[in-house]
Amino acid sequence: MLDSPLKLHPSVALRPEPFGALAYHYDNRRLIFLKHPTIVDVVKDLEQHPDLQATLSAHGIDEQQWDNYDKAICSLIESDVVVAR
Amino acid sequence: MTALTERMKDGLDAPICITWELTYSCNLSCVHCLSSSGRRDPKELTTEEAFRVVDELREMQVFYVNIGGGEPMIRRDFFDIVEYATSSGVGVKFSTNGTYIDAATAQRLAAMDYLDIQISLDGADAATNDAIRGEGSYDTAMTAMRHLKDAGFGEFKISVVITRHNIAQLDEFKAIADEFGAQLRITRLRPSGRAVDTWEELHPTLDQQRTLHQWLLGHGENVLTGDSFFHLNALGESLPGLNLCGAGRVVCLIDPIGDVYACPFVIHDEFLAGNVRNDGGFAAVWRTSNCFTELRGPQSAGACASCGSWDACQGGCMAAKFFTGLPLDGPDPECVGGDGEYALASAGAIPRPSGDHSKPIAVQLGRRSNA
Repeated sequence: MLDSPLKLHPSVALRPEPFGALAYHYDNRRLIFLKHPTIVDVVKDLEQHPDLQATLSAHGIDEQQWDNYDKAICSLIESDVVVAR
Repeated sequence: MTALTERMKDGLDAPICITWELTYSCNLSCVHCLSSSGRRDPKELTTEEAFRVVDELREMQVFYVNIGGGEPMIRRDFFDIVEYATSSGVGVKFSTNGTYIDAATAQRLAAMDYLDIQISLDGADAATNDAIRGEGSYDTAMTAMRHLKDAGFGEFKISVVITRHNIAQLDEFKAIADEFGAQLRITRLRPSGRAVDTWEELHPTLDQQRTLHQWLLGHGENVLTGDSFFHLNALGESLPGLNLCGAGRVVCLIDPIGDVYACPFVIHDEFLAGNVRNDGGFAAVWRTSNCFTELRGPQSAGACASCGSWDACQGGCMAAKFFTGLPLDGPDPECVGGDGEYALASAGAIPRPSGDHSKPIAVQLGRRSNA
């Protein structure tokens, strides 16, 4: 997914919380927990960059951790929080 | 216990799930009503005050609210409040007995966005349901569901409170839900409201709880539970959902007069955190009330500390303990390890819920028959 252009689903709202954020999908009425503040920043910023790896790099995230972020984003794609653009 | 669940115990900046009872007025008198509803409270929030509550929820980014009562559709401004909420980005799920959903209303509801409906049904047949909810209430609910289906509302919810008498009907409830293209939601009976007097004869037996646990595991996330059966996790495999009491941490109740309680099942002064009419409104109650701050603090396992199942069940439901006269730091009255029954034998006095809005019992002054 690293080279895919992505964005936050337009029907998803994010609410900051001490652990990261709470995401609510207005279309399917599902609540999803984003369990780390950095993943929240990345998700919010996806649309500003050509693809996922450009976003990660812009946020200064160590390349060794990209796999973990890739997995986290994949699960957010499964729950329709993040979508292709 | 995950790190996330640990965080939730400290409370969130805003609730995830708010129950908002719009009125204590109700055309039914269910024997297990959690809010002892029947008569309207004259101090009910006005339409304007209700709008201000919605404004606050929007500002706090509360994504949706569970509206109930009483029967919320009795309020003349019911649609005004619901439409104000959904157009503010605060989704609405409302619980109703279905009395006021005719064909035209079903069409109106079906045309609305961000709206979900929960029809209450406590028996898969009229006899079982009506014994709890009153004569004719089964037919009323089924008629409302038919209207919703015909109007193309989509997937609404059928909400069942599990009792000793309907627990054998789980598969039948599921079949009814499937027939209407609805989703089944089953929740736990708490000894709250009028159920303070009926819980003892209605709550499921230990054997029935074991059956329920297995049934829930078999149906996974297709059947909703409001995470209300986490005390069953002590039986072994954990059910999906948050394994904790969310009272004052992630959930709360706003009652018809604006009083804020820790959860819908503890309408009692002990758990009253404040009122939305006071300075600072709902946000101040959620963020700074002593009651909620205390609930977010470390909780003692008390008599359960030496039990190997504590991590699995977290001592169960606070409301269930409170309204059966049990200490809050001890076993749930329906503890699946059997400790609850033991504790109940020496329970203290049972507290009475704060308000009783039940309708006076109608005395039949019939003419004496000469026959």
